[in-house]
Amino acid sequence: MEERSYKNAVQTVEIDMYFGEIKALEGINFHVGANEVVGLIGDNGAGKSTLIKILTGVFTPTKGKLYIRDEKIEMKSYSVKQAHNLRIETVYQDKSLAEKQDLWRNFFIGRQITGPLGFIKVKEEKRIANEIMLNMIGFRGAGISVDSKVGKLSGGERQGVSIGRAMYFDADLIVLDEPTIALSLKEVRKVLNFVHQIKEGGKACIYISHNTGDIYEISDRFVILDRGKLVASIQKEEISLKSLNTFLLEYAHGLKENEKQ
Amino acid sequence: MKELLSRQDKWFRFKELPIIFVYTVLIGAFILAAPKVFSGYRIYMSFLQTIPPQLVLALGLTLVITAGEIDLSFSAVVAFSGFVFAYTFRTFGTPWVAFILALASGALVGFVNGILIARIGVPSIMATLAAQFFWSGLTVQLSGGLSWNIKAIKAHFIHPLFVGRIGGIVPAQSLWALGLAVLIWFILNRHKFGESILFIGDNEEVARVVGVNVEATKIKLFTLNGLIAGFGAVLLTLEMINFWTTQGAGFLLPVMAAVFIGGTSIAGGQGSILGTFFGAYIIGSLEAGVVASGIGGYWTRMTTGLVMGASVVLNIVLGEGKGKSLTQRLRNSVFVKGLRKAG
Ligand SMILES: Nc1ncnc2c1ncn2[C@@H]1O[C@H](COP(=O)(O)OP(=O)(O)OP(=O)(O)O)[C@@H](O)[C@H]1O
Ligand SMILES: [Mg+2]
Repeated sequence: MEERSYKNAVQTVEIDMYFGEIKALEGINFHVGANEVVGLIGDNGAGKSTLIKILTGVFTPTKGKLYIRDEKIEMKSYSVKQAHNLRIETVYQDKSLAEKQDLWRNFFIGRQITGPLGFIKVKEEKRIANEIMLNMIGFRGAGISVDSKVGKLSGGERQGVSIGRAMYFDADLIVLDEPTIALSLKEVRKVLNFVHQIKEGGKACIYISHNTGDIYEISDRFVILDRGKLVASIQKEEISLKSLNTFLLEYAHGLKENEKQ
Repeated sequence: MKELLSRQDKWFRFKELPIIFVYTVLIGAFILAAPKVFSGYRIYMSFLQTIPPQLVLALGLTLVITAGEIDLSFSAVVAFSGFVFAYTFRTFGTPWVAFILALASGALVGFVNGILIARIGVPSIMATLAAQFFWSGLTVQLSGGLSWNIKAIKAHFIHPLFVGRIGGIVPAQSLWALGLAVLIWFILNRHKFGESILFIGDNEEVARVVGVNVEATKIKLFTLNGLIAGFGAVLLTLEMINFWTTQGAGFLLPVMAAVFIGGTSIAGGQGSILGTFFGAYIIGSLEAGVVASGIGGYWTRMTTGLVMGASVVLNIVLGEGKGKSLTQRLRNSVFVKGLRKAG
């Protein structure tokens, strides 16, 4: 296991995010330790995807500070590219791949292997994409090659591609937004094992899912968002799966709003 | 045997096949209808003389449409950049300065489009329609509505370089347009910039999350398209050794037709440079061909419509998704999807 020289892989301070009038996030203080797996939980529309899009440079927050590996990030110039350079990888719940494009392009878009004038080294990209498909994802034949269009893939195969991409680019922080949404039990197992690998490799992970069983298995800590606010942060040791479920259900029904602040 | 089959299969999947087929049939029909005209080489040389400016415009437009955007201002650039070219040459007698300024003025028009569209968020159809009116209006203002003769430019090297006759026969502009087509093919299919265009046209949100700088790419794209239109303007003005205020005005629809015939999807995310190349030659050959066949110039537009329809259907029938039923393929085709998106 590599020794990490920083305390937190990522940290936010008082993040607000507005979409016009809609307040998607408010006063978010969130962090992920250097070798911590955080399960991010919350109802539909709670703001989970919005939060991770801020961490990964897709959205610029309305207000607040961001630290990556304990260093402050200049928000105005922060971008997906910079997040990649800072070794953050993301698998988005959908919208990770472009349907009409070849698979090999989807592996390298945003960080192509290029020659001197910015022309893409197609052969090399295809070769590596093929390796990722065979070795990391375990695609075997089935009529799919690196030249196939994404639109031809099944939901699970697509997830496999985005996850394979994240594995290949090997980051310090890997963000998975509902990575198991379209997967069979077997495939889900692969994803969970991947998260275990991240943990054992000394890296950090944010895992979003509505399946509390999965989250409970892999997380060190649970962070709960509710209507744009971070309402709880619970260590795994402090709670059983059963009480986590009860807690979430009660939150969803708004019964015990202030129980676990 | 197996290898042969798969190679055949590959050939069958070659997506420009339908349009090349259409062009072959078209020329064949012309040869049957007017053997005298179409067995000689002259008619083909006249195609190579008149079509290149429109082909150049269509190549730039292909990139824009692949990005899921539209540019209606390129025909105004043909007038505006043509004016800048003719004015600079007549005033200062310097052809290369005139050339650079013509390209720069085209790029400027495109840059303004790009800022309006990418930075301010004006839909491209509106921004470039406004630009079309503005720049063609400005051209009329500046030129006083006159046409300007630039015969003197024949004495300069720029004239034979761009529009001379190679070996006394082949119009040079056809080679420039061909060269540009090859360059643009590489940009779209082999360059980072082209890949960004493909992803933006496919799904802007995906493009953004995978790290494409959508705003900057769009600004560059519209600027490039303006620059390319400026080059088309120079080719046209040089060939005619004349600038007139409404030059390019009739190009808008034929150039768009060339792009769509070629199989570039109005829905974005997919563009064919080879298709546009043949599309431009089909559209450009139709008029001359129909007239030469003696069926009367007024048939040109109808024939264009028919050929467009035939190309679209062929693209669908011979296109991807073999094994599915025809209606299924029709329903899934980029054309129909594009129309749904637009409608
Ligand atoms: N690009 C956007 N523009 C406007 N509003 C947005 C945008 N993205 C998200 N929102 C809004 O922000 C709120 C939080 O959305 P978000 O996608 O973060 O929820 P989530 O917790 O990921 O939900 P889910 O579990 O359904 O994925 C929602 O009200 C949503 O409508
Ligand atoms: Mg979400």
